[in-house]
Amino acid sequence: MRRYEHSLLLRILHLDLPLLMGLLLLMGLGFIILFSASGEDTDTLLRQAMRIGIAFGIMFLLAQIPSHHLRLWSPWLYGLGVILLVLVLLVGDVGKGAQRWLDLGFFRFQPSELMKLVVPMLIAWYFADRPLPPRFREVLVAGILVAVPAVLIVGQPDLGTAILVTSSGLLVIFLAGVRWRILIALGALLLAIAPFFWHFMRDYQRQRVLTLLNPESDPLGAGYHIIQSKIAIGSGGLYGKGWLNGTQSQLAFLPERSTDFIFAVYAEEFGLLGILLLLSIYLFLILRGLYIAVRAQDTYARLLAGSISMTFFVYVFVNAGMVSGLLPVVGIPLPLVSYGGTSMVTILAAFGILMSIHSHRRLMA
Amino acid sequence: MRKKEYNSTRRRQFVLICFAVCAVVLVVRAVDLQILQQDFLRTEGDARHLRVVSLPAHRGMIMDRNGEPVAMSTPVDSVWANPRETIHVERQRLAALARLLGIGEEDLYQRIAQRAEREFVYLRRHINPDVAQQVRALGIPGVALQREYRRYYPMGETSAHILGFTNIDDRGQEGVELAYEDWLAGRPGAKRVLRDRLGRTIRDVENIRPAQPGRDLMLTIDQRLQYVAYRELKAAVQARNALAGTAVILDARNGDVLAMVNQPSYNPNNRSSLRGDASRNRAVTDLFEPGSTIKPFTVAAALDSGAISPDIRIETSPGQIRVGRHTIRDVRNYGNVDLTTMMVKSSNVAMVKISNQMEPSALWTIYHRAGFGRLTGSGFPGEATGVLRDFILWRQAERATLSFGYGLSVTALQLAQSYLAIAGDGLVYTPRLIQSNDPRYAEQVMQPATARALRLMLEGATRDGTGTRARVEGYRVAGKTGTVRKSAAGGYAQDRYLALFAGFAPVSDPRLVMIIMIDEPRTGEYYGGQVAAPVFSRVMHDALRLLNIVPDDLPGLEAAQSRTRPRGGA
Repeated sequence: MRRYEHSLLLRILHLDLPLLMGLLLLMGLGFIILFSASGEDTDTLLRQAMRIGIAFGIMFLLAQIPSHHLRLWSPWLYGLGVILLVLVLLVGDVGKGAQRWLDLGFFRFQPSELMKLVVPMLIAWYFADRPLPPRFREVLVAGILVAVPAVLIVGQPDLGTAILVTSSGLLVIFLAGVRWRILIALGALLLAIAPFFWHFMRDYQRQRVLTLLNPESDPLGAGYHIIQSKIAIGSGGLYGKGWLNGTQSQLAFLPERSTDFIFAVYAEEFGLLGILLLLSIYLFLILRGLYIAVRAQDTYARLLAGSISMTFFVYVFVNAGMVSGLLPVVGIPLPLVSYGGTSMVTILAAFGILMSIHSHRRLMA
Repeated sequence: MRKKEYNSTRRRQFVLICFAVCAVVLVVRAVDLQILQQDFLRTEGDARHLRVVSLPAHRGMIMDRNGEPVAMSTPVDSVWANPRETIHVERQRLAALARLLGIGEEDLYQRIAQRAEREFVYLRRHINPDVAQQVRALGIPGVALQREYRRYYPMGETSAHILGFTNIDDRGQEGVELAYEDWLAGRPGAKRVLRDRLGRTIRDVENIRPAQPGRDLMLTIDQRLQYVAYRELKAAVQARNALAGTAVILDARNGDVLAMVNQPSYNPNNRSSLRGDASRNRAVTDLFEPGSTIKPFTVAAALDSGAISPDIRIETSPGQIRVGRHTIRDVRNYGNVDLTTMMVKSSNVAMVKISNQMEPSALWTIYHRAGFGRLTGSGFPGEATGVLRDFILWRQAERATLSFGYGLSVTALQLAQSYLAIAGDGLVYTPRLIQSNDPRYAEQVMQPATARALRLMLEGATRDGTGTRARVEGYRVAGKTGTVRKSAAGGYAQDRYLALFAGFAPVSDPRLVMIIMIDEPRTGEYYGGQVAAPVFSRVMHDALRLLNIVPDDLPGLEAAQSRTRPRGGA
């Protein structure tokens, strides 16, 4: 009886219980580790809590909007996003050597974050009323639609966000059912132009790739992050050093420890078992997202839900891979755990869309 | 549509497989780092956080014989920086630090910039604790404090030569600080601490070894006598425009060094103006010819060897004597003199004649036993042995000049030590600088009766001889003046002298032996009796009173004393 009322309430609010539980569990864990990573600073926790509050509000709002409305808005949002990206390059604020922000007077806005959602929405919109699998020409058009914002974002420069935007778009194309030979051809093409990319990369980006291959070559310069982070993870061992007892992080050897490298703090203090728990929660959220995609009732919703879930996975994998020294250092936070507002809002907005797709399904029928 | 269904199922499976592979890669990596490489990485981590730091040990205190501290360690802080961190600090914060440390802002910046690749540079050593507190409050990254001890010498320049000093690392460099380094220095402890990236100590992890403080050291010096001797010596050296000066006071009963001062001196608490020659403890390092002050030993040698009898009279007319190609002169012709008179007038001719009546070995033996030509055993670093050639090598002229103190060289401490034999009944003790319970070592230099006789002869020298200005009111004083021509290239200088006075008091029961040496007085007067004797008088006057020594020459007391303690003839 109670259970029925409970789920009824959730259904009226268009919330998905498994996703909500997973998110709360993850963010609870995030709070615990942020307390340690910030040096037991309650102000940091308070600010993070406010951001989470705002992000939950946006998630809640998006959950109320049926996905066919989003589908109609997709091309307009895309157009707006591209215009904003151009504006950023022209009149944007400079922060930490990159031009990523638009100052709207009352708050600063990062259009590239918006594109993480808008690009997969547009590609899903593009394929939604076309016969699938798509033909080569359509794949090419979709590819260009992904490339335009991606190039603008790389220009800021913000490699991390560009990778996420690109992969969210490409994942939609992949899910739309691109033929394998086209995929293989594209893959080959990518490999062929990789040296060309290398040529156009900034010095610091090249440095990061080189550093990944041999961090000990410059232990106090470019390799510093990776070495310190590997030490932190490794000294955690099976059970970890215990909460607030991680020396690498508590003694400030670990850089960016409450933002991009928070995974290392977690690994040092909670060990391998902690990592398995964290990855399990992430996998649970992703699998739930994929389940929602499978149960989605139209192509747009299915493609979008699939892309959102898989992009979330890319997020986790790239961050964990970078922190443990498997991938080059790109500025991607650990989703829903790292300190910071923008990615939090984007990701919870995406989960709002997932919830909307799932909860509006039956009402629509 | 069928094709699409089929397709999307395959896609889903493919996606799931991709996820699984990626997840497995992450887990494998975690296992690799956390299980397989754990030991290595943990060691690497410890190497970054754990540091063994040295705990400074408190250096032992040095006290005078009454337990008054004369050298002590006070805690201070030294400021150091990790240039790698500090190089990134804004200039205005560095400027605030520079002001606190009292160094130029540019200086400070350069010091850090030049060592930008290093991890340690001292910014300022030994600052006061309150300044250290302000430096800590600035909280500049990479700047840290280190506890150290600074040596403080309350007696200042008075005792600089005895005590010496320690360097900035608290190691003894001179004097007692050097000689007793092992005793005074503590053993620094060690502890393991957790340090953050900025080099700040977060907490102690383990105490490896506690710091072992050094041991205290008690000197035989009496700092009151030390002060008096220094004050008078300095006044005399300045008044006489002399090159240098030395005063040594020994306890007549056991050879304890009660005071040992030199001019020029320096302030051991601030050595910035220390010149090389001011750092020498001349009392033990500088050699001079003792001149007339050695004459009592010539007489003692002659008496003890039986070459002369106590009532002998010597003809010194015409006040000069030829020895080989040399002529030895007295100041004037004293005529026919007894032992007391020759001592009172300080006749060289008489000494030569006495010396000629005995074997050279007798003279050498008494000099050697008195301690000339060998280390006193005081243990003071840099002590000179002096020169006393073996009597087999003596030539005719040498044998003559040795009898009145030329041809051998001694230190002021050796001369003071030898006078112990006269003041005590023929016994010479090893001069001691450090209080200890070790048995005292003494050597019989002359017969007790000879020593007693000499005391009275030397008392005569202060009563109506060359040393009258050494007298002290209320006490019977004995002593011998010396006026030594300084040797120069190829012979002796015409106008450069050493003024000496060696003596003791009170004669009835000698307590203090004192040597005063003034090097090159340059204001006209240069005789030992004119220059050194007055210093002896003033220092002895104060020293006897400070030590509460009973006067033996008070009017009215004399009669009483003569009843109980008969005075010997003279």
